[in-house]
This record gives sequence, C-alpha cells and structure tokens, in this order.
Amino acid sequence: MTLRGAAWALLAILPGGCAGAQNALGGEGAEGSNFVQLFTVFMIVCAVMYVLITAGLLIALWRRRQPLTVEDRRHHETSSAIRPALIGWTALVVAGLTALTVASFFTDRSNAANSASPKLSLTVTANQWWWDVEYQSADASRTVHTANEIHLPVGVPAQVTLKSNDVIHSLWIPNLAGKQDLIPGRVTDIQFVPRKTGNYRGQCAEFCGIQHTLMALDVTVESKADFQRWYEAQLKPAPPPATPQQLAGYRYFATRECSSCHNIGGTPASGQIAPDLTHFASRRSIAAGTLPMTRANLARWVADPQAVKKGNNMPTIGMTDAEVDSVVSYLETLK
Amino acid sequence: MSSRFPARFLALGLIAALCGCQRENRQDWNKPHARAVPATSPDTIFPGGAAVPPLDARAASFEGNAHVIARGQQLFATMNCSGCHSHGGGGMGPALMDDKWLYGGRIDQIAASIMEGRPNGMPSWRGKLTDQQMWQLAAYVRSLSGQVRKDAVSARADEVSNTPPQTQVKREPVLPADGPQ
Repeated sequence: MTLRGAAWALLAILPGGCAGAQNALGGEGAEGSNFVQLFTVFMIVCAVMYVLITAGLLIALWRRRQPLTVEDRRHHETSSAIRPALIGWTALVVAGLTALTVASFFTDRSNAANSASPKLSLTVTANQWWWDVEYQSADASRTVHTANEIHLPVGVPAQVTLKSNDVIHSLWIPNLAGKQDLIPGRVTDIQFVPRKTGNYRGQCAEFCGIQHTLMALDVTVESKADFQRWYEAQLKPAPPPATPQQLAGYRYFATRECSSCHNIGGTPASGQIAPDLTHFASRRSIAAGTLPMTRANLARWVADPQAVKKGNNMPTIGMTDAEVDSVVSYLETLK
Repeated sequence: MSSRFPARFLALGLIAALCGCQRENRQDWNKPHARAVPATSPDTIFPGGAAVPPLDARAASFEGNAHVIARGQQLFATMNCSGCHSHGGGGMGPALMDDKWLYGGRIDQIAASIMEGRPNGMPSWRGKLTDQQMWQLAAYVRSLSGQVRKDAVSARADEVSNTPPQTQVKREPVLPADGPQ
C-alpha cells in the first residue's frame, strides 16, 4: 500500500472509534456527558478563533505588504482603525480564555458533586493482564468476587477503589469516565454514574507489558432490577457437575494445576491469584476480552493459553484432548 | 560537526550490536516439558551411597536466566512458599539462603525436591504446578543463596524485608559439595 493509500485507510478507520462500546463522546455516564459538554464549548470557541485567525492571515497575505516610507509608518501607527481593532482582538482573546476557564471549573465542580453520594462500592485490582473485581458489602457474606467484568445499575453512583498488584495500569471506560491510574502500593479511586444501559468496554490505558492490548474489561450497565438479579446469582456457589464428562472436568480442575491459582466458589478449588471462575460462563469474554466466550475459544484457551496470549501467567499444561474437553464441559456449566 | 561524526555513529552502532551477542532466551511460550519421571533421582542421599547422577540437561536454560528467576520469585510468593521457608530465612521449613542443602543444592535437585516433596512437611507439587514452573521456582531458590549471576536477579524484593537485596547477597558454598554447580 502506498503512503497515501495508508493515510486514506486510516482516515476511513478512525470514525469507527467514535461509536459503540468504546466511545468517549456518547455521554453514557455523568462524567462522560459533562466532558462532552465541555468538549463542545471548547470546540465552538476554538473553531471561531481558528476561523478568525485564518481569515486574518488570508487577508494579510492577499493585501501584501506595501512599500512604506518613514512618513507612511508614522501615519500608519496613528491610524484610527488599527487601535480599536487591536483592543477588540485582545478583549476577545481574554473573554474566550476566561469563558473556557469558567467552563472547566464548573465541569470539575459538577464531577465532584456526582461523587458525593456513592451508593455502590467496588474494588478493581489490576494484574498483568486482567482485572480482579470485588463488590463490597457491609455483610461479608454478600461480597461478590468476579473478574474482567463489572455490572453497574443505571443511575446509581458507584465508587470504585483502584489497586494494582504488579505494575502501573490505568482504568479507562470511555463511555462512562476515566482515565485513572492503578498504582502498586497505593490506593486511587474513580466514580461512575452511568446514565444509559448498554454493554461497554473498558481498557487498560497505561502500557503495562507485552499483553497490554489484551487487557479489557466488559462493562454492563443495566436496570436496577437486572443488576440485583445478577448480583444474587453471583452470590450463589457454582452448580455441581451433572454429566460424567463434567464430573471428570471438575475432578481435573479441583485436583490439578488449575486449582492452584483459580477459585470456584463452593468447591475445593480455592486459589486466590488468578481470576475467580465461580460464574465464569456468564461472562462475555475469556481472558480479559481476549476471546469471545464460545466453546471453541474456551477449548483453545485451556489447551494452550500461551499460544493465545503470550507471556501471561497461565501456563500451558500439556493436557490431552479428552482432558481439555472435560474441563471445558465443566467450565461451561459455571453460569 | 566534522567528518568524524559518521564514524562516531558507526562506533556506537558497533557497541549496540555487541549487546545483542548474549541475548537471554525466554522460554515461556514454548511447549511444556515432557512430563517424565527421571530414571534416576538427582538426590545425593542414597542408602549405601550411590554415584551422583550428572546435571539435568534442562539446567542450562533455567540457571541464571533473569526472566525465569523473576517468574520463580512471583511463584514463591503466590504459592505461599514463604509460609514455611519465610523469604529464604526459614521458619517451619529449612532456610533457603544458607549453605545447607538437605537434598542437594543443584537446580535439578531443588526441582526434584519441589516435584516429589520431602519428609516432615514439604508437599509434592507434581500436578499442582507445571514442570516448567517448578524449575522456575528452583532457579529462584538457587538465587536466594547467591548462586546465580548478579545481573540476573531482581534488585528489589517484593515483600517487606529486612534482608539486603538479592544483588548484594553473599554467595554461600553449597554443602554437600556434589557435582558441577
């Protein structure tokens, strides 16, 4: 492809970033819509100034410089037209900058007000390269532990505590708000007030290692009733295996490498250093947005995670096809 | 700004090229090792005293490899090895940063100890970790007593620690002194 071809292709792709699951201009969150308003104000002010300056430059180019004598210059400086024009221009710049400052100030105030009354609190802990999610509750038995997905009830302010276990990450859910860094050894936070239901996508926005690209977060904003239903389902332990194949998969999982790192609520598998899989099959994707949740993808991932997401902490065990099949059958029941 | 300028760049380029000579090989995305029980255990404790088997061929790719050691360090923390061995200083389990090796201090011997488990509390990790992970752990355990190259170890401990960083650990002699180190 020629350079020009590449440029056109890039231009064609770029608007694709403006719509859908990852869109900073959609205004689906309170902070996001404040941002859109501020962006619009900046856009209008800057566009007007840009047009004025460009027009001024073009006029100057068109009139060209006149050969001036000393007499002419003196006459020019005292000309009555240029002085008020310059004063007016300066006043316009000052007014524009003041307007932008005031607009930013009120946007900040409005964002701060959003976060004043959080109703839902959760902790997101970043790891190379996945997100650990915990919904806190005053009653410890009602704490939900999940990974790589967050569900939020629409209209309810959510206070998210951010931590990191290894390197600096950054949480960005363009449709709602962001970004905010997650720093090892330090606690940061971010607030979301989702305004529209839908499926969005969060993304690590700070380079965190070779699989930084494959570190996404599935965000579901749903009605309060749907959220409550989801929350209650997450509180339940995993269903017991039903068929002989699922049982074989369950036994492999509970006694072999898998359970050294992964937890499945209600089973002896209780590793705490990898994503919690208690309701794994109810998620939209595998391995932090790496693959969509299908049986074929799951088998691919379980059989050789290093071929799918090189360098991640899940080792390739070297399972037989039958073992992969049974483990996948069991994992699929974890709705 | 003279004609010496390109020559300087050439020299810099040559120096940079030299750095490529000893590039560390990362193995993580290879296929797992064949799960085979070694015919002879690399232990040195035999009734009647048998000959010490030669060093396992896999040792070369794990010993002193910075990436492998870092992975081992991560596993040491996450698999709670420190629950018994502390951060090398020992507790319920023996110290790993001194010069005493009950079951041998070679990397393959340490890997065998992790794989098979040992009496009085050391569990067998066979089937709980992959062979590769156990070898990574062994590589890290070797570094605790200063057996590996200083440029391969981490200068920062992940845990709250009152011991010096690994780059400053004194190398302990390996006892019993058996076979090539």
